[in-house]
Amino acid sequence: MIALSDYLILAAVLFCISLAGIFLNRKNILILLMSIELMLLAVNINFIAFSHFMSDIAGQVFVFFILTVAAAEAAIGLAILIVLFRNRRTINVAHIDSLKG
Amino acid sequence: MSLEQIVFYAFSALLVLSATAVITVRNPVHAALFLVLTFFTCAAVWLLLEAEFLAIVLVLVYVGAVMVLFLFVVMMLDINYVPLREGFMRHLPLGIAVAVVVVLEMALVVGPRYFGLEAVPVPPPHDAQYSNTTELGSVLYTDYFYPFQIAGAVLVLAIVAAIALTLRRRPDNKSIDPGLQMRVTRDQRVRLVKMKAESPVDRE
Repeated sequence: MIALSDYLILAAVLFCISLAGIFLNRKNILILLMSIELMLLAVNINFIAFSHFMSDIAGQVFVFFILTVAAAEAAIGLAILIVLFRNRRTINVAHIDSLKG
Repeated sequence: MSLEQIVFYAFSALLVLSATAVITVRNPVHAALFLVLTFFTCAAVWLLLEAEFLAIVLVLVYVGAVMVLFLFVVMMLDINYVPLREGFMRHLPLGIAVAVVVVLEMALVVGPRYFGLEAVPVPPPHDAQYSNTTELGSVLYTDYFYPFQIAGAVLVLAIVAAIALTLRRRPDNKSIDPGLQMRVTRDQRVRLVKMKAESPVDRE
């Protein structure tokens, strides 16, 4: 039998991997976006695990909405990334300092 | 060890390994492909949790749409990725340290002590006639109808925003305005020229 804690720890490990990804790839916006997707996935595992073990479908409904918002976020994020690349010819986070005084 | 446990641990290991590969590989195309593997593996874990509909949605929407979008963007941008990796080795010890500390803290909270089999017993499995999609739909279209509509509005907003952001008018574009094309009158296009049927041709 797999306990709820196993799923929660799996989600925690996944969350921390994506956290480390944000630390390590702080120059590359693409990998940052992928890390955010991983984080949302970890949160979704938590929701579905609780939904299963509490026998309450509401958790899955919430995951449904998170997936919707995450897809929208990825689409808009990548669109902004393309516009940024078109204007600055770079996606290096360190070079995006136009607003710096 | 039961079959369920073997499947769970195998897919968990694959999930963690592919997620680690996403953040460490050099080539962003490989990172996107490893992210696809992560999503597939996660869908398998969700199947273990009897969330069949969401597992399939994860594969269809994420692997089918979002990751293809990522791959398109990664391949479209002509970037030298080497400078983007500077600081990777420098931040590696800090990143690993923070991740390990956070995962230990989380494991203390969500560990077997509070969420183990004794605290939260495994619910009885559903019978063969149980349909996860029907269950989800029956609450989604009744109790959560208003949020469902808002989610649709969010998606429309995302489409409009993404197109509006990336649409650009090129000055060297040869496209025609259909409105102008429709408004054209005959005398703008046809010109009758009076000329003689036969005219002497200069042959020199």
